[in-house]
Amino acid sequence: MKTKCCSDPAVLNLWYAIAAIDELESDHSYHTTLLEENLKFKVDGNGNPSVRVVNSIPPGKTIGLKQGEEEAELPATVAYGYIWTSLGEPENELFSIPEYEESDRRNMNAATVGVHTSAPRAIENFLDMGHFPFVHSNILGAEPHTEVREYEVEVLQNENEIVATKCVFYQPKAATTSSEGADVEYLYRVPHPFCSILYKSSPVDESRMDVIALFVQPVSEEKVRAHMLLSILDTDNDNSVIGQFQQMIFGQDKPILENQVPKKLPLGSRAETSIRADKSAITYRRWLSAMGVKYGVLSATS
Amino acid sequence: MKLYNYELSANCYKVRLLMSLIGIEWENITVDYYPGREHKSEWFLKLNPLGQLPLIEDDGFILRDSHAILVFLATKFDDTGKWYPTQNAEVLGEIAQWLGFADSLNSTAGSARLHDGLFIECDIDSCRSGAHRLMRILDEHLWFQEKQNNMWICSHSNPTIADIACFPSIMLSEEGGISRIDYPAIRRWCDRVRRIPNFIVIPGIFAAGPDINCENTGS
Repeated sequence: MKTKCCSDPAVLNLWYAIAAIDELESDHSYHTTLLEENLKFKVDGNGNPSVRVVNSIPPGKTIGLKQGEEEAELPATVAYGYIWTSLGEPENELFSIPEYEESDRRNMNAATVGVHTSAPRAIENFLDMGHFPFVHSNILGAEPHTEVREYEVEVLQNENEIVATKCVFYQPKAATTSSEGADVEYLYRVPHPFCSILYKSSPVDESRMDVIALFVQPVSEEKVRAHMLLSILDTDNDNSVIGQFQQMIFGQDKPILENQVPKKLPLGSRAETSIRADKSAITYRRWLSAMGVKYGVLSATS
Repeated sequence: MKLYNYELSANCYKVRLLMSLIGIEWENITVDYYPGREHKSEWFLKLNPLGQLPLIEDDGFILRDSHAILVFLATKFDDTGKWYPTQNAEVLGEIAQWLGFADSLNSTAGSARLHDGLFIECDIDSCRSGAHRLMRILDEHLWFQEKQNNMWICSHSNPTIADIACFPSIMLSEEGGISRIDYPAIRRWCDRVRRIPNFIVIPGIFAAGPDINCENTGS
């Protein structure tokens, strides 16, 4: 077997979402790139996935694919509506999102979008509330309500997961179901270096929360496919309306993400100036350093 | 006026932008272009056999093709006649020429953006090099225009639909991995377009800040 492009065990042994099941025809072969390796995958009629590495295709090329030299099958599983695979040997089970199983939720892939950025930059942007009024003006935030109020961040040692709680932000249109602006409560989980789950108060049921998860598939160190899972309470809107709303939000983030320099996330504490509102980001960077993640980051020591 | 619309489509944005600039009210019919591929669905193909967005329906009149729609809207609804000056043969000729150029931008810079963002297949290397070739030509053209105190694509004192047709693919080019750093006249023109009164954005484009040069001259 040829040497893998990515040699970072902290990243190789993770599970990655590569495609939304609903968007695939059964028994049809698809291609994608994960950590610079070209993969070929499909689901059979019973919904069972299979994923293989294909060596003969130059990375990034999707035109004119010929039958390639195929390698051994990779681990593959289905979770939260996506095919997940790994180029290494995943040690842990995939993190759990219990809400996904609740029968009255709408579960869907809002979209899979390609972005010229690193996976950790995409996650860090997802955790940031400070940009809401400026980047998502009059939707997820509005001037003059720009203050990021005090919130709490901790690393749960048993689960090896970051949790940010007590985040409250004024949002003019928090979701497709919003009828007016409201203070919205947020909770963030980061259970995987390149996956994050956001919980936000549901406009239709104040005792429950909508779930929006970002599963980032690193194509290379500076290019990703971002899969956006929604598990929300919305009985009024069509899937396409809900999906387009999230695509619009993500489309606003795109130029910000693609213009960050450097594209890799610097882990050194003095590389970028942080403010109090960046508490989640600081914890996230330290957590990646502690896990020894090298891919898509600029290490503190380098 | 109904617009069959996909929020992230650069060609739909051209139409939304001109409608905002002229002040035309319209009704949104969302077509789930991605990931739903609704523009290839049976019901939409009946309206447009090419399976392309945008498409408008005005009082029973159906029109497809973003540039055709710009011509129609400006001619019918712009009382000032500045966006498509029908009495000026030279400018109309120039507009037609640059609408063709905007089609080429769509099939190069526009395709590269759809390839990188939404995984729609194309020969990405030739799209990017084709876009750079066109942007060099446009940059040089705009530089000479500026030297003659002309701030827009055509020889006209106001922006025309040619500016609207070229703007989205250019301004969204970085999503397709095409940098505008080498095209300073294009970047200045993009700022001018973003400062036209009633300018609206598409996700991926932000409104321009105040014009610092103008402020300096004023103080």
